[in-house]
Amino acid sequence: MSLLNWIDARFPATKVWNEHIAEYYAPKNFNFFYFFGSLAMLCLVLQIVTGIFLTMHYKPDAEMAFASVEYIMRDVPGGWFIRYMHSTGASMFFIVIYLHMFRGLIYGSFKGPRELVWLIGMLIYLALMAEAFMGYLLPWGQMSFWGAQVIINLFNTIPFIGDVVSTTIRGDFVISDPTLNRFFAFHVVAVPLILVGLVFVHIVALHTVGSNNPDGVDIKKLKDEKGIPLDGIPFHPYYTVKDIVGVVVFLIVFFFIVFFVPEGGGYFIEHANFEPANALKTPEHIAPVWYFTPFYTVLRAVPDPWYGTLAMFAAIAVLFVLPWLDKNPIKSVRYRNKAHLINLTWFAVTFIVLGMLGVMAVTDTLKELGTRGTQIYFLFFAVTYVHSRPQQANYLMWFVILMVSVLFWDFLRYDASFTANQSSLFWQMLLLPAAYLASTLLLPHFVGGANKEKEVPTRVTG
Amino acid sequence: MADTGVDKKRRRFLIGATSAVGAVGVAAIAVPFIGSLTPSARALAAGAPVEVDVSKLELGAMMSVEWQGKVVFVVNRTKEMLAKLPDIVPQLKDPDSDQSIQPPYANNEARAREAEYLVMLGKCTHLGCAPKYRPEVAPADLGADWKGGFYCPCHGSRFDLSGRVFKGAPAGTNMEIPPYYFISDSMILIGENGAAA
Amino acid sequence: MKLNSFKLLLAAAFLSFAVAPSAYSASGGEPNLDADVDLSDKVSLARGAKYYANYCMGCHSLEFSRYNRVAADLGMEEGDIKPLIFTRDDDDKIHKPGALMVNAIRTKDAIRWFGIAPPDLTVIARSRGGGDWLYSYLKGFYRDDTRPFGVNNLYFSNVGMPHVLEELQGVQALEVQDDGKGNITKTLKLVEPGKMGAGEYDQVAKDLTNFLVYVGEPAQLHRTFYGILTLLFLLVLLVLSYFLKKEFWKDIH
Repeated sequence: MSLLNWIDARFPATKVWNEHIAEYYAPKNFNFFYFFGSLAMLCLVLQIVTGIFLTMHYKPDAEMAFASVEYIMRDVPGGWFIRYMHSTGASMFFIVIYLHMFRGLIYGSFKGPRELVWLIGMLIYLALMAEAFMGYLLPWGQMSFWGAQVIINLFNTIPFIGDVVSTTIRGDFVISDPTLNRFFAFHVVAVPLILVGLVFVHIVALHTVGSNNPDGVDIKKLKDEKGIPLDGIPFHPYYTVKDIVGVVVFLIVFFFIVFFVPEGGGYFIEHANFEPANALKTPEHIAPVWYFTPFYTVLRAVPDPWYGTLAMFAAIAVLFVLPWLDKNPIKSVRYRNKAHLINLTWFAVTFIVLGMLGVMAVTDTLKELGTRGTQIYFLFFAVTYVHSRPQQANYLMWFVILMVSVLFWDFLRYDASFTANQSSLFWQMLLLPAAYLASTLLLPHFVGGANKEKEVPTRVTG
Repeated sequence: MADTGVDKKRRRFLIGATSAVGAVGVAAIAVPFIGSLTPSARALAAGAPVEVDVSKLELGAMMSVEWQGKVVFVVNRTKEMLAKLPDIVPQLKDPDSDQSIQPPYANNEARAREAEYLVMLGKCTHLGCAPKYRPEVAPADLGADWKGGFYCPCHGSRFDLSGRVFKGAPAGTNMEIPPYYFISDSMILIGENGAAA
Repeated sequence: MKLNSFKLLLAAAFLSFAVAPSAYSASGGEPNLDADVDLSDKVSLARGAKYYANYCMGCHSLEFSRYNRVAADLGMEEGDIKPLIFTRDDDDKIHKPGALMVNAIRTKDAIRWFGIAPPDLTVIARSRGGGDWLYSYLKGFYRDDTRPFGVNNLYFSNVGMPHVLEELQGVQALEVQDDGKGNITKTLKLVEPGKMGAGEYDQVAKDLTNFLVYVGEPAQLHRTFYGILTLLFLLVLLVLSYFLKKEFWKDIH
């Protein structure tokens, strides 16, 4: 009896290999956007392995943390290389994840029967953000300290219980050694376990219903006499071999950054973080790391602290309900109407702009732009709902409703103390949400061609 | 999907070549990870050699210094002490230091580069206690035969003034001699063997 | 609305954004000079190390750097670096080459003398985004009788330290020209010569800058070499894996 047979009699090794790899039939038309799932897994493994080795030398103590990072960079053989892989990996993780989520958005991978895959994915995103946030405190630099200070202070804004909540999170009245130690425990042990568990469940959920594809065609509808989808190919060897190419390309980008520009232009490792944390000295600019900045702009767009916090969390929370907002049976943007493509484009651009604004100093123009961007961000979800039934949708009514909501929000925030400049920016930039709503709601109403959906083929195309 | 026309040779070559190159990559990246496990510059600095100034060490006296976290005894042995070394040989387990650890230049009766100075790890070879320096002859607790040496209080191991272990002692080997050399007549560097052994 | 601490913090953050200049590296408002950092010039680095030990290290430690690492990277023997070591350990022995480059100034004394403890400068070049600001700073001191040490700095308003290198550079004065259209030009003019001419002092500033950029991240001396090796290797792997993929995907139509 071979070793494999011995194992198979006691453990479903071959069964799992076949079900999930050698005989998992994936659509044959996966494109560029389908690399990012496996790349995300690679990032997770990278972060865990480099993280383990960093933990061998790092000291989670407010007196020693900063010095221990420099110890790793100088005295530990190869320490600088491991550290740079970890810092680069963190940013690459988010680039990969955002592209991975964008794929879900454009191809409708969040729609039924994959709603659970999307929800678990959103939980992974939340866990990843928590992991990155807590990890960033560990070097104990100025930006580590003050970035965490600002974000944890957000919990202060919760009515009635705010102070208790933030003090309990910190373990102290200000960010200090207890905070550092517990963030270390979460970052090294708790959240990685959660992440690994969620990724496992994410893949099980996906494999239960099968993968989507750029055409949004259900490949399980047409099968051959053996029960194999006509447009399906076994994941191994075809996608294992294709994903290897993806991994190599990723590694080229990754190692280029690690060896040539590890600071990422000051965005991957921020310059201010080379100053040890000083509770008595507030930096000129406090901003979270680049991958949080879209939500930071949303936070800053709402002046009231509590409502701003709510808005920031709402911006993430609304993504959870996407499967129930976009009820259009057509999954892929390829066959949806032009208005939907325009909608998606606005959203992507807005998200990027919100992100860029988050790293910049606040001027009147940029502040107003951030507010308008936030409005468009939230409007996207409403417009997506409207586009669920393009032929039945009452575009004019929705345009009016949404335009009025924007004006209502503006009415609430217009302050008599606005300067002349702020006032004129306020009115000028109203054009932005107006243009957005016009191009996504009025256009399909008045231009029939922009409202036409294409017939979804029964077989996948290229 | 046709099976005919599959160039099996080419596939096998490409799989083999890619795997081989990939394996090289895995080995290459393992190097810094494994390297990070080796002693860091901080550990190397802490374990750096120690300079000992023996100009003030009186005849017959012993001083202790720390090197790599270990205690090192330095004894300024008198001529009388050195003269007694051959007499003790019958009582020793390993008078020629065949089993014990010492640098080549310490493989002699005095177990030292220069006989007057004993440089030795202050660690009993039984279970690691620090033996006491007992240079006096025939004290009450050690008996009339005691000609001077080291006595370990933990389990009673006895060593002579060259750190050689007595028969009947729980310890099995002579005490260890670390690498050292004389930078000058009165300065010993413990931790390195120096140019000539 | 209840005025709570968060609102104050947010307001402070907003205000600081509005007031602070967009160029993070300059805290004097002046754009930096171009330092033209060259880390391959080991002789410059060695000179910079020497100047640092002589002029700066008394107050500014390099507590994450080790003497023997600096010696090795700069191509010096360990014996060459020993003359630069003047601090002692707890046993009152001169620090060995493997020791960290700490100094003897006591924080309490420093705060009494300067109002603030002189910061450690091991990673100052990284916190300032490179050498340009450091280079500008070293050249930017000028006479200012309103300041405790009689000097100010064009690139660090109200700097809290004296111009340590004054004996080398000499004394500069600040000239402010307002063309009436809102354009203000600030120039520094040498009013008292030092031991060195302008070109010679400029080299001192460059050497110190090179050294501080090096000490900020010693690994940068060889990381690009490994980078080239790695990318070449990955290019080979890319070609192979690409052909492997193409070969298998011949099956798919």
